[in-house]
Amino acid sequence: MYFYVIIPICLRSRKQKHGGLWLHLKQCFMKVIKEKHSLAMRWTHWVNFPVLAVMIWSGLFIYWANDSYGITIFGTTIFQFFPEWFYKYFHLKQRLAEGMAFHFFFMWLFFINGLLYVIYTIVSGSWRELVPKRNSFREAWQVLLHDLHIRKAVPPQKKYNAAQRIAYTAIIIMGFGSVFTGLAIYKPVQFYWICWLCGGYHVARILHFALTIGYVLFFMIHVVQVILAGWNNFRSVVSGFEVTDCQVKDLVKPKENEEPVS
Amino acid sequence: MKNLFHKRIAKPLTVEQQIKRRTFISFGTFFALSAGAFAGWKWLYNSPKEVAGVTGNVRAPLRRALNKSELFFRNFFSNSHLVRTYPKSRAAIDVRVNSMIGIDDENFKSDKWFLNIKSTDGSLLKVSIDEIRSLPKTEIVFDFKCVEGWDQIQHWTGLKLIDFLDHYHLEDCVKKKYIGLETPNGKYYVGLEMESAVHPQTILAYEMNGKPLSIKHGAPLRLIIPVKYGIKNLKRIGTMSFSDTRPRDYWAERGYDYYSGL
Repeated sequence: MYFYVIIPICLRSRKQKHGGLWLHLKQCFMKVIKEKHSLAMRWTHWVNFPVLAVMIWSGLFIYWANDSYGITIFGTTIFQFFPEWFYKYFHLKQRLAEGMAFHFFFMWLFFINGLLYVIYTIVSGSWRELVPKRNSFREAWQVLLHDLHIRKAVPPQKKYNAAQRIAYTAIIIMGFGSVFTGLAIYKPVQFYWICWLCGGYHVARILHFALTIGYVLFFMIHVVQVILAGWNNFRSVVSGFEVTDCQVKDLVKPKENEEPVS
Repeated sequence: MKNLFHKRIAKPLTVEQQIKRRTFISFGTFFALSAGAFAGWKWLYNSPKEVAGVTGNVRAPLRRALNKSELFFRNFFSNSHLVRTYPKSRAAIDVRVNSMIGIDDENFKSDKWFLNIKSTDGSLLKVSIDEIRSLPKTEIVFDFKCVEGWDQIQHWTGLKLIDFLDHYHLEDCVKKKYIGLETPNGKYYVGLEMESAVHPQTILAYEMNGKPLSIKHGAPLRLIIPVKYGIKNLKRIGTMSFSDTRPRDYWAERGYDYYSGL
């Protein structure tokens, strides 16, 4: 699965000193380049970011034309998506036609980019590292406790930890949901069956809207987590590799005849 | 020779060098592509508006995208895809009036009204409301959808447009690609491609909720075309014409999608 590029830096001298005691290598300072993210994953990730931003921005132009969503209890509106200042600040008013024009162009980019990612993930087999496993939901709880500094032990993980598996799989399903509910709203007559599966025109619109709110929440948590995870992790989504400290099990065992005699 | 041979063997890079090199190359590429994407966005955002004509007021590349999307989604259009209908009890009593454009002249006389049909052979056909009322009546209760985002279940009665065209032997007209409708004062106008116009649920309506149309709902005769957004449902039809090119369209001139199909 991973390609380990192992180049011992100070291996020789250590080896001479300690002979066959490979355990000591652990103390040895050794960086290794570990391939983490494929080019396809990085490409689609960074294409998706601005495209989704444009979809949300243009979607708000459309939503403004009939901004009816809020939370009303007993006739009192306790919460209205989005207050007046929000529209003014982002210059969102009177731009329905413009919003639709952008939305119906960038929807193609969003769809094609997402489709390429899904095809790649399935064909390459990297879905195995992405999709939650049976114990992921239990482990995700431990990840959460760890992240909140309640639990000290780091839960075991491969490429992604259990919480990441759930979050990153969910975001792909959400993307599919946006396309599906979007089609239900865009062509409710020609794709009447999609509209029906979404629970009707109204439900499709609410889901489409809720998914957008979901992206914004995901984005905020995602950015905080990336900042907390640090440079090495962030770099891997651009460069593809991560730098790790080498562990004993990763090293190639020396051949018999090379075994130094001390 | 010896020197040349010596040069060919590149010194293997240390891990540190590899990390630096790959980070530099990948981030360089990343920033170059980001700059390219940003320049592309600036180009699109500042691209000139299309040449005003039948359509207008949209950035030229986005209008091309709207028209291409229309061609793609028209492949899914079918006369057998019917708009969902509802029992009459679900129909709204207080039917929303969103616009009076084209029907706000005060000296309009309903009793002197005729529907003027400009036939493809150059002849002008005038049809009175009584003649239209004498033709087979059809009713529809469906969810009227506005491009702004609201919708309302409404009950309309009239004559199927296809039945009307058949009755007056306008077969040659139906062979044209588009049908154009205008209010008597010519201030509101729509263009429809023929397949949507002859959809079995497209009607020339003269009653709403079982009563003759009021002025604000488009008396004496209006278009109800459930496979389109409300903007195409022209009130108070004055003239009907046929052509192979897009007839002028009020909202398409103002930046909306010409097709606006559901």
